[in-house]
Amino acid sequence: MRIVVCVKHVPDIQSERALGPDGRVVRDGGDGTLNELDENALEAALALVEASEGSVTVLTVGPDDAADAVRRGLQMGAEDAVHVLDDAIAGSDAIGTARVLAAAIRHLDAQQHVDLVVTGMAGLDGLTSLLPTALAELLDLPALPLAAELTVDGATVRVRRNLDHASEVLEATLPALVSVTDQANEPRYPNFKGIMAARKKPVTTLTLADLGVDASRVGLSGARTEVLEAAARPPRDDRVLVQDTGDAGVRLAAYLVDNQLV
Amino acid sequence: MTAPVLVLVDHTVDGALRAPVAELLTLARDLSGGAGVHAAWPVDGVEPSAEVVAELGALGATHVHRVVADADLHLSAVLAEALASLLDATGSGLLLVVSSFENKEAVARLAVSTGAGVVTDADGLALVDGRYVARKTVFAGTWTTACAITTPLAVVALKSNSVQPSTVEGAPAPQIGEHAVAVSDKARRVTLVERVERPASGRPDLGSASIVVVGGRGTEGDFSVVEDLADVLGGAVGATRVATDEGWIGHDAQIGQTGVTIAPRLYVGLGVSGAVHHRGGMQASGTIIAVNSDPDAPIFEIADFGVVGDLFTVVPQAAAEIRRLKG
Ligand SMILES: Cc1cc2nc3c(=O)[nH]c(=O)nc-3n(C[C@H](O)[C@H](O)[C@H](O)COP(=O)(O)OP(=O)(O)OC[C@H]3O[C@@H](n4cnc5c(N)ncnc54)[C@H](O)[C@@H]3O)c2cc1C
Ligand SMILES: Nc1ncnc2c1ncn2[C@@H]1O[C@H](COP(=O)(O)O)[C@@H](O)[C@H]1O
Repeated sequence: MRIVVCVKHVPDIQSERALGPDGRVVRDGGDGTLNELDENALEAALALVEASEGSVTVLTVGPDDAADAVRRGLQMGAEDAVHVLDDAIAGSDAIGTARVLAAAIRHLDAQQHVDLVVTGMAGLDGLTSLLPTALAELLDLPALPLAAELTVDGATVRVRRNLDHASEVLEATLPALVSVTDQANEPRYPNFKGIMAARKKPVTTLTLADLGVDASRVGLSGARTEVLEAAARPPRDDRVLVQDTGDAGVRLAAYLVDNQLV
Repeated sequence: MTAPVLVLVDHTVDGALRAPVAELLTLARDLSGGAGVHAAWPVDGVEPSAEVVAELGALGATHVHRVVADADLHLSAVLAEALASLLDATGSGLLLVVSSFENKEAVARLAVSTGAGVVTDADGLALVDGRYVARKTVFAGTWTTACAITTPLAVVALKSNSVQPSTVEGAPAPQIGEHAVAVSDKARRVTLVERVERPASGRPDLGSASIVVVGGRGTEGDFSVVEDLADVLGGAVGATRVATDEGWIGHDAQIGQTGVTIAPRLYVGLGVSGAVHHRGGMQASGTIIAVNSDPDAPIFEIADFGVVGDLFTVVPQAAAEIRRLKG
């Protein structure tokens, strides 16, 4: 089974994240990292090939720094990596990014059939969660998003997912696309052997021209929304911190009453 | 420029409107400029009752479409095809949906199939110089942004508690009709093997509640204090991932980046440290209150009112005092 895992390079959520004057995420702070939730996607894919056979290719679309994200995937155990790098991609919205990923996956599929595409449940930068289903639509694949449990039995892929008001079991026949939640597994930590081995693994860098993607359909020119304003929220003022000396519960109740919250 | 607005009506298995639908319709009424508000009711085994149609009318719906498909409308590919055909049939320039994971799957498909510009998790929407401009907070609620949708068709997924819902006095009864959809073969490739609706808790729905009381590891598994305060305040009960992972409460109660995103009028965190993953799902709340025994807990950085103390003594005292004040 051949699996492609899409991974995103995002600003570290523990760092001060910011939007630039153009309303785009500042991605060159140097404290970018592999989107944590994509580790669950990698873990799910690696576990599947270990249980049967096959290989995992890790794929990213992003600036120079995004190479770190695929390297982490290689250290965890992926066989090879593809990094789509092109200045024209900057400023893409989720659909633009999905177009590039779709072209890259078609390119890989032409070389060797891709059975399963795995993504994370969301990028911790924008938290849009639009990409997985949009990508499935572009690739014309059945989508099984938000897997909390994932099994592949022969050519049948089955997913259990927990939604706001219900839980569901979805099933489809391969090839298919799955997005994986952080409930699905506990991602492995790359060990020393994995880190050394990753150095020798191939990373292919591709441009839009290599993939035959029309540059006007991606990047800022292809985006369907335009950021007009972006501002850091002012910190909450009038914050009150009280140490309980026996009457803090009463004071809490008084605060709620004073602020018309009860 | 005014165009009809289409609103996807999320409803329970008992046929009741989900709370945020009233917000969507209130907004749609303002934005449609009298061009018509079309409510789409997916008939997934549940029909809209006469009362609910009247309710939709009072909220501003001019038309109610019973959407009937020859496949399961819970599947995002099926729902997306139904919505695309209804957008076409009604000539709508805007689709409003509640921002839930399921609806986001359908709108991602619509973005591809119709070329619509999409904004998810919006907390406001206005028509400015003929363009829809959506507001949303990003980076765990620490930034606010406004973005214009530049395509002729706009799709916006709105977060709960973004709009003050209101009804129109003496609104005419909406026209009710059936919209039948013949679903393509490709939308049928996923089988919904099982769907189990979670039973209602008797408390307000977590995603849309205006008051939420959250318990973390500090409760040590005893959620009775959390539930009691929620009940005296008329709020919903939420949890951190530690609490759901421990099995102290169902996974659906998890607030945070990988759980439910909430922005209630009042958030109360009990024994919650305020880890960045958790903050991502609640930092946009109106008033934040925290009770934590550690004065250095990060939640105090964002709490309007913080109590450094033991939740097992502070919270029962607060609940008793509120009961006394309420009489
Ligand atoms: C990829 C990923 C996604 C995640 N997504 C989420 C998410 O969506 N939501 C989420 O919540 N977490 C999420 N987490 C986990 C998150 O990082 C934190 O571990 C979690 O939020 C901490 O939960 P907590 O505050 O209950 O526990 P802790 O961090 O252990 O805090 C417990 C607090 O209780 C206080 N306390 C203890 N006893 C008492 C007492 N008697 N009275 C008062 N206070 C007391 C302590 O001082 C402490 O501050 C995610 C983690 C990862 C890696
Ligand atoms: N630029 C990218 N390169 C590769 N994968 C991506 C990219 N952006 C998003 N993804 C994948 O899509 C998932 C959801 O992202 P998002 O829709 O941005 O929340 C992520 O967890 C990744 O698996």
